[in-house]
Amino acid sequence: MNWLRNLVRPKIRAISGRDIPEDLWIRCNNCSQMIFHSELTANLHVCPHCQHHRRLTASQRLSILFDDKRYEEIPLPKVHSDPLQFRDVKRYSDRLKDAQQKAKRTDGTIVARGTIDDILVVSVCMDFSFLGGSMGMSCGEAILLASQTAIDSKAPLLAICASGGARMQESMLSLVQMPRSVIAINRVKQAGLPYLTLLTDPTTGGVSASFAMLGDVAIAEPGATIGFAGKRVIEETTKQKTPDEFQTAESLMKHGMVDVVTHRKNVKKTIAQVLRIMLKRAPNA
Amino acid sequence: MRHFLDFEKPLYELEARIEELRNLNEQEGGVNLADDILKLREKANRFLEETYAQLSPWQKVQVARHPQRPHTSDYIAALVDGFVPLAGDRNYAEDPAILCGLGYLDHHPVCILGHEKGKDTEQRVACNFGMPKPEGYRKAARMMTLAGRFQLPILTLVDTAGADPGVQSEERGQAEAIANAIETCLNVPTPIISIICGEGGSGGAIAIAIANKIFMLEHAVYSVISPEGCSSILWGNASKHKTAAENLKMTAQDLKKMNLIDDIIPEPLGGAHRKKKTIYHNVKQTLLQALEELAPLDSETLQQQRTQKFIDQTRQFVKN
Repeated sequence: MNWLRNLVRPKIRAISGRDIPEDLWIRCNNCSQMIFHSELTANLHVCPHCQHHRRLTASQRLSILFDDKRYEEIPLPKVHSDPLQFRDVKRYSDRLKDAQQKAKRTDGTIVARGTIDDILVVSVCMDFSFLGGSMGMSCGEAILLASQTAIDSKAPLLAICASGGARMQESMLSLVQMPRSVIAINRVKQAGLPYLTLLTDPTTGGVSASFAMLGDVAIAEPGATIGFAGKRVIEETTKQKTPDEFQTAESLMKHGMVDVVTHRKNVKKTIAQVLRIMLKRAPNA
Repeated sequence: MRHFLDFEKPLYELEARIEELRNLNEQEGGVNLADDILKLREKANRFLEETYAQLSPWQKVQVARHPQRPHTSDYIAALVDGFVPLAGDRNYAEDPAILCGLGYLDHHPVCILGHEKGKDTEQRVACNFGMPKPEGYRKAARMMTLAGRFQLPILTLVDTAGADPGVQSEERGQAEAIANAIETCLNVPTPIISIICGEGGSGGAIAIAIANKIFMLEHAVYSVISPEGCSSILWGNASKHKTAAENLKMTAQDLKKMNLIDDIIPEPLGGAHRKKKTIYHNVKQTLLQALEELAPLDSETLQQQRTQKFIDQTRQFVKN
């Protein structure tokens, strides 16, 4: 059956009446075109038809950025899972457990150290697929750990943001992660090290209103939603439709909020270029 | 005209009855009703005592949002002598949702700033209901830098539902403005003392509440999101605001237990709005004592203490 799975076009499969295995053909959620999985991977999860940048997990993101897809993961300190005993339609502790089982890790955020174009870089990378990339205590600890690792390694810090904002179920314990994250990046800046941000879809709420917006240089991916308040909240509060080009990376650039908006395939190169100059190294041949 | 909250209905009825008897009592030739009035008054006070001793989190939210609760402008008028209001972010506009200025607190020169919700409809609209725009946060940051330059302690009063969620605010960089205010708070070389007076709504509140000492009024609330917002996101509609308020652990008492605030400032019986003089007195005493405690610290120690305070804030929940 393999030759059929690999070669037969989706239309024919539809006629044959069988479901298309999800992992082989992926429908672009922007242009609805079908994309073959290997083509999508080769294109860094960007739709080859419409250039829509799909969301990445933290580990996918890091393997795209670091040389030879290799990086050292720094283990995060463990935090108490649900001190507030928060319960909406589900217990937060259950939601967290589900997410942890799905991701096979305790939190979405990864702290990694490795080289990008031969430059040693420490990165703290968020994962939207883990509870909306929300920033809770664990994420705050991750940012502080990344900051300390960067300072100890005398390496630049790269924050890769993908988050809906502060984690509601941790209430004030998550809100105070905003100043904590700023403390973390302040220390990197005070150590004279570059602090770069890569803003990906989405970067909003308490994350954008803290460490995400304080990068020495901010790079954003095309089409990424970046902003403070959510679109729905804005429309409900102001009773106005938001403009078409609103809270997109491109419109943020127009309003002076980010430095560079570039295709995923150029992100690594851009980061390396900027860092080389900041670190006063010769350009890479 | 006094404004009563929904759970204060029995009190409203008692007060109306007292008023009625008082009018009768004043009429000539009537019977002496002084005793009856006194009894009703006692009953009303007992109701207040019992109710306010065990307010639910949602009731606290209502008290914190009470339209007659004192605002930043009231505290400034009552506590600060020789107040000079200062305006503008020097970039785009003046934002009346954050009130800033210089003055004296009992002979101590200070810089004071806080959210302002406004008193009547006209003011409320002008103040955008206490929801600052980016220029408000940029003004606050400018003011803190200014205070730092002249070694003035900074007092901040927090009372906002949150930062303005509007198209223009987004376009002018609401997120960056808040992030920058946080960074400025952290780097200021002088003491910062913050009081959450009413609503502490999310990033819009914490942007000016990174302080060496943080206090909350007895019935103030402070959380990552409003109970209504939380309900609408997690339950799909705003009707579960009461449950959300409980879950968010947003009362001063909850936050004190978690060590997220230094202390609670007691309110007069029935809330700050019922006896404003008492709350002004309590707030003033708290501020003066905090100023005194922070006065001997040099700028480096102050910055370090503020930073360490926030580093420590959730460390109690980190496992070794």
